[in-house]
Amino acid sequence: MTDDQANRRPAGMAPRPGQWLVALPPTAFLLVFFAGPVLLLFAASFLAPGDFGGLAPVRQEGRWALTLDAYGFFFSDWIYAEIFLRSFVVAALTTVLCLVLGYPLALAIAQSPRRRRELLILLVVLPFASNFLIRTYAWIIVLGPMDLLYSPVAVIVGLVYVHLPFMILPLCINLEKHDPALLEAAQDLGAGVWTRFVRITLPLSMPGIRAGSALVFIPVLGMFAVPELLGGTRDILIGNLIKEQFLDNRDWPLGSTLSVLLTVAVLLLVGIAAWAGRPRESIS
Amino acid sequence: MSLLEIRNVTRRFGRLAAVDRVSLSVDAGEFFTLVGPSGCGKTTLLRMIAGFEEPDEGDLLLDGRPLAGIPPERRPVHTVFQSYALFPHMSVAENVAFPLQMAGTPARDIDGRVREALELVHLDDRAQHLPAQLSGGQKQRVALARALIGKPRLLLLDEPLAALDAKLREQITGELIALQRAVGISFVFVTHSQHEALALSHRLAVMNCGHVEQVGSPEEIYARPANRFVAGFIGTINLLPVEVREATPAALRLFAGGLGEIISTPQPGLCTGDRGTLALRPEQVRIIADGGDPMTENRARGSVRDCLYLGDVTVYRIAIAGGVVIEALLANRDPGVNRFLERDAPVIIGWARDSGVFLRD
Ligand SMILES: Nc1ncnc2c1ncn2[C@@H]1O[C@H](COP(=O)(O)OP(=O)(O)OP(=O)(O)O)[C@@H](O)[C@H]1O
Ligand SMILES: [Mg+2]
Repeated sequence: MTDDQANRRPAGMAPRPGQWLVALPPTAFLLVFFAGPVLLLFAASFLAPGDFGGLAPVRQEGRWALTLDAYGFFFSDWIYAEIFLRSFVVAALTTVLCLVLGYPLALAIAQSPRRRRELLILLVVLPFASNFLIRTYAWIIVLGPMDLLYSPVAVIVGLVYVHLPFMILPLCINLEKHDPALLEAAQDLGAGVWTRFVRITLPLSMPGIRAGSALVFIPVLGMFAVPELLGGTRDILIGNLIKEQFLDNRDWPLGSTLSVLLTVAVLLLVGIAAWAGRPRESIS
Repeated sequence: MSLLEIRNVTRRFGRLAAVDRVSLSVDAGEFFTLVGPSGCGKTTLLRMIAGFEEPDEGDLLLDGRPLAGIPPERRPVHTVFQSYALFPHMSVAENVAFPLQMAGTPARDIDGRVREALELVHLDDRAQHLPAQLSGGQKQRVALARALIGKPRLLLLDEPLAALDAKLREQITGELIALQRAVGISFVFVTHSQHEALALSHRLAVMNCGHVEQVGSPEEIYARPANRFVAGFIGTINLLPVEVREATPAALRLFAGGLGEIISTPQPGLCTGDRGTLALRPEQVRIIADGGDPMTENRARGSVRDCLYLGDVTVYRIAIAGGVVIEALLANRDPGVNRFLERDAPVIIGWARDSGVFLRD
């Protein structure tokens, strides 16, 4: 069974009141600490910067002080759009590399015997046991002598390294659920090893590929530490840009605007991806 | 020449010989069944024919050519798996088209042949459904169509009916016979149900602990089981310990405790004093109320210990002297009338001399 099927509720089964009760605390938490800040951010993007950083008051001289200045600023200079575009390209490249590197490993892990599988998964998540900044600094030592430091290559290498486990884990979870009888059936009916992969394993692992890609692509867009440590001045991403507005330039409205635009762009992309990969409806 | 030859094949898992020196042959167009209790090596044998296991010893030949070293995808042998193993992300039509695509069939021919195959299993109206939207019986038929469409030389079926309820199983059993006749492909069918084995097969092999105990037509296996295992596994049977009193070409006289002397069909190679078992089918035992005459050579007096009313027949368990219990079957031809024997009723049972088979220990 694919993830899509597992998640579908049988027709005619309404959620019971108890389910709502259980879902209440996490829902409340998300409302307060996620939806709230997002709304604040959204509001902040329509304000003017304060004289000493922060935000200008919402009401000035008895009038609402709302402005589209920050948005205007973003669209006035090509450089911002370019950074956006470059960030998306870097995120896409990182995702593809993670997929290409992670898929064979996930497949090998999923097909190994149970005891070994647990050990291998432990090894995949082991890097999380040490601090992520320290691990990124470590790459400076590795890449320095190779003359790759402060280059786009270094940024990609670092991003792939940091995000690889987020690709491997969902793929493993998906792949180990595959019924080996399906591959035997395909082989029995005449499919060679490559055809079996393309026609059976790959399509059945699409939910895992989608989950892993989302877990890599979206965080990479907001990442600022890796480009800052490993990249050159021209390698900054949206994450760096946003961080700069809040911490260095003290232009909160512009930072908020960048965040809002990033969120909108990501939502659009996720929407398109979900639509393209929607579960098949049969014709009945 | 037979289509499939299995010559002295052995397959070991560790120290266990799952299949032990098995020799069999399957003819072209034959419906051949492997039947036996769980764990007797049926699936292992089937997997060796399909190519998923290689024998440790012995040879498999298809059309006279050895199969050794040929991978499953290159053997003209297709399998219906017990779990059906339908591809969940493909529609019924795509599942059935899969073997044709693998064989490189031109795309313009595929649609027509898929439709034909689905008509054969009465599923033409479900072509666009996904497997998850089908009932168990429908999935089973898709698996059949998918395995048949590539016109393999041999079709292997590993307990394809096991997951279905009794009614459906009966219906599909009938359809399978018609289907096999229609396509003319040899079937090797695995089951642990003696009913399916008897109903479906041209010939069947009874397996036990990796060995083949007996091969023959359903009638041969049922009427003349080769040993106690086959006798007990196929159908129900009374097994009476007996000793040979006199063995002549004219008659075989046996002695059984509690029953006295029994006359049976002569068999070559027996001597006075040989010990063995008389295997007697319940439907061969006549049973009448005490005082009547069963008009058979063998007879014994007893009483009804209990009875089991099954609708079409009633099974009586008759206690004979000396603790011997014999099962007898009575057809309920006239509803309500034939259930005339109460518990503890004195009865006389009898059977003809040509009923029952003497099995040497
Ligand atoms: N891959 C394997 N590794 C180890 N032992 C195995 C393996 N496959 C089968 N066996 C053993 O071989 C014996 C025969 O198994 P097999 O599956 O052929 O039996 P079967 O007749 O098909 O039984 P069932 O009716 O339960 O399906 C069993 O004892 C089983 O435990
Ligand atoms: Mg089996």
